[in-house]
Amino acid sequence: MDELITMTAADLSAAMAAGEVSAAEVTTAHLDRIAAVDDRVKAFLHVAGDDALAQAREVDARRKAGEPLGPLAGVPVAVKDLFTTVGMPTTCGSKILQGWRPPYESTITRRLRDAGAVLIGKTNMDEFAMGSSTENSGFGPSHNPWDLDKVPGSSSGGSSAAVAAYEAPLALGTDTGGSIRQPAAVCGVVGTKPTYGGSSRYGVVAFASSLDTPGPLGRTVLDAALLHEVMSGHDPMDSTSINAPVPPVVEAARHADVAGLRIGVVSEFSGDGYQPGVMTRFTEAVDLLEALGAKVTEISCPHFKYALPAYYLIAPSEASSNLARFDGMRYGLRTGTGSAEEVMALTRAAGFGAEVKRRIILGTYALSSGYYDAYYGKAQQVRTLIIRDFDAAFSQVDVLISPVTPTTAFPLGERVDDPMAMYLADLCTIPTDLAGNAAISVPCGLADEDGLPAGLQVMAPPLADDRLYRVAAAVEAALEQRWGHPLLAEAKGLAR
Amino acid sequence: MPITRDEVAHLARLSRLALSDEELDHLAPQLGQIIEAVAQVQEVAADGIPPTSHATGLTNVFREDEPAPCLTPEEALSGAPAVEMQRFKVPRILVEE
Repeated sequence: MDELITMTAADLSAAMAAGEVSAAEVTTAHLDRIAAVDDRVKAFLHVAGDDALAQAREVDARRKAGEPLGPLAGVPVAVKDLFTTVGMPTTCGSKILQGWRPPYESTITRRLRDAGAVLIGKTNMDEFAMGSSTENSGFGPSHNPWDLDKVPGSSSGGSSAAVAAYEAPLALGTDTGGSIRQPAAVCGVVGTKPTYGGSSRYGVVAFASSLDTPGPLGRTVLDAALLHEVMSGHDPMDSTSINAPVPPVVEAARHADVAGLRIGVVSEFSGDGYQPGVMTRFTEAVDLLEALGAKVTEISCPHFKYALPAYYLIAPSEASSNLARFDGMRYGLRTGTGSAEEVMALTRAAGFGAEVKRRIILGTYALSSGYYDAYYGKAQQVRTLIIRDFDAAFSQVDVLISPVTPTTAFPLGERVDDPMAMYLADLCTIPTDLAGNAAISVPCGLADEDGLPAGLQVMAPPLADDRLYRVAAAVEAALEQRWGHPLLAEAKGLAR
Repeated sequence: MPITRDEVAHLARLSRLALSDEELDHLAPQLGQIIEAVAQVQEVAADGIPPTSHATGLTNVFREDEPAPCLTPEEALSGAPAVEMQRFKVPRILVEE
């Protein structure tokens, strides 16, 4: 395996700045890797190829001209296929947008381009980000680089698989119910859901607007922080964007220190349904944090158990409204004949997959007069109670921790026709989405039963994203010292 | 079963989804199961608790009303399934009697 593809973004950046390697060579190495393994991983829906090389050569020219360049200049980044990108298709994993080329660029990919990052391709995802396995993609599932017969998590599953398979050092994802953290956990990489409003949604095709949060995935905590910092910050094009300084995440990732930090273990996230091997690694991580000087206590968040049902009312309700725009009139698929209404109904029936249809109908039901108060209205009140649980917890501790997801990667096909089982993958991640605060997933080892990665979730108050990186960096450093190598070195799905 | 096949068919019409009979047969029991599960929110004592629609607390966000470049007609129409005279061409909206 080419050494360039196993390097971190931080190391690649330093090597390019020192003139040891060019951006074109770095991009070529990653394009070669994609060509070698992506027929098995299927992380990408579109590979930028010559366009990526042109971006890299431009960075090399800028560097040669002596322009000051940022830390991501020349670093390849894989982009979840719901960020609009000019010059690359954007499908959201849906047949209804197959071949669509957006006329405008998302704020985040614009910022990455301006920073000299190389957008190397668009990654697979569950259709419109609805799912936990990539099996709801209209273009077939992605495969977990630890075991190709297992799901890579999702909905940012193409992004997590690409990073874990060394096809890109960094990737963009979005998190609505856990869609960055859960795939990061089951692929053994790092993924962050920033504070809601901390990263712009302009040009991020909407699933559930009050929840959707773009965020970074990387192989190390520092790499995730580097991407987090470049992609974040106020955007006047997004009315829910927070006008506040970006939390000092890179600095925090470089200062792994939890001495004296107050850490709360969420007592609700254990018991039935939690895989023993996942809980063992989690408990060890708790002990480790204590050994590193953190003050660990148990904290009860009594309304977290209602987060999953509340989420499956709120998210489908918002989706049923957001996805009304896919009507076959202005862009995307159009099929059938008859009146505009008939064409809309036929186009949507042909273009959307089963899960999207399920959620549109569920959302339409929850918003119907007569059911509104009992379902959507009640879910909104539960959302308030979950925010209050977080507020009470964060008055006692600096961060909360839990497992990221109750099990390791499950087999492809296992839950595909059992929506409730699929939804359970997001049990521990959903409260943070409903409350709008920040959380990270960092690898904490392999479950004994199956040798697959488990993740530690760290949750922080809104705009305290830097705390996530401080804790995650401490865990990463201590565990890698114990293991003697990064966790991903043990991934065997793609025999080298 | 909290939801019938007929209700699902009605919701599909409201959602502009031309579902097949097979899809309706499959979806109705699945939706019944999901609705039963999400109905758990009704157990929560929430009298007097205000609803949260989004978490930032931001309201009425304004920006300066300054002219700026926007998409050209060609760009705006670039993904359209059908175009005529620089406009989106759509099927008829009113049905003649």
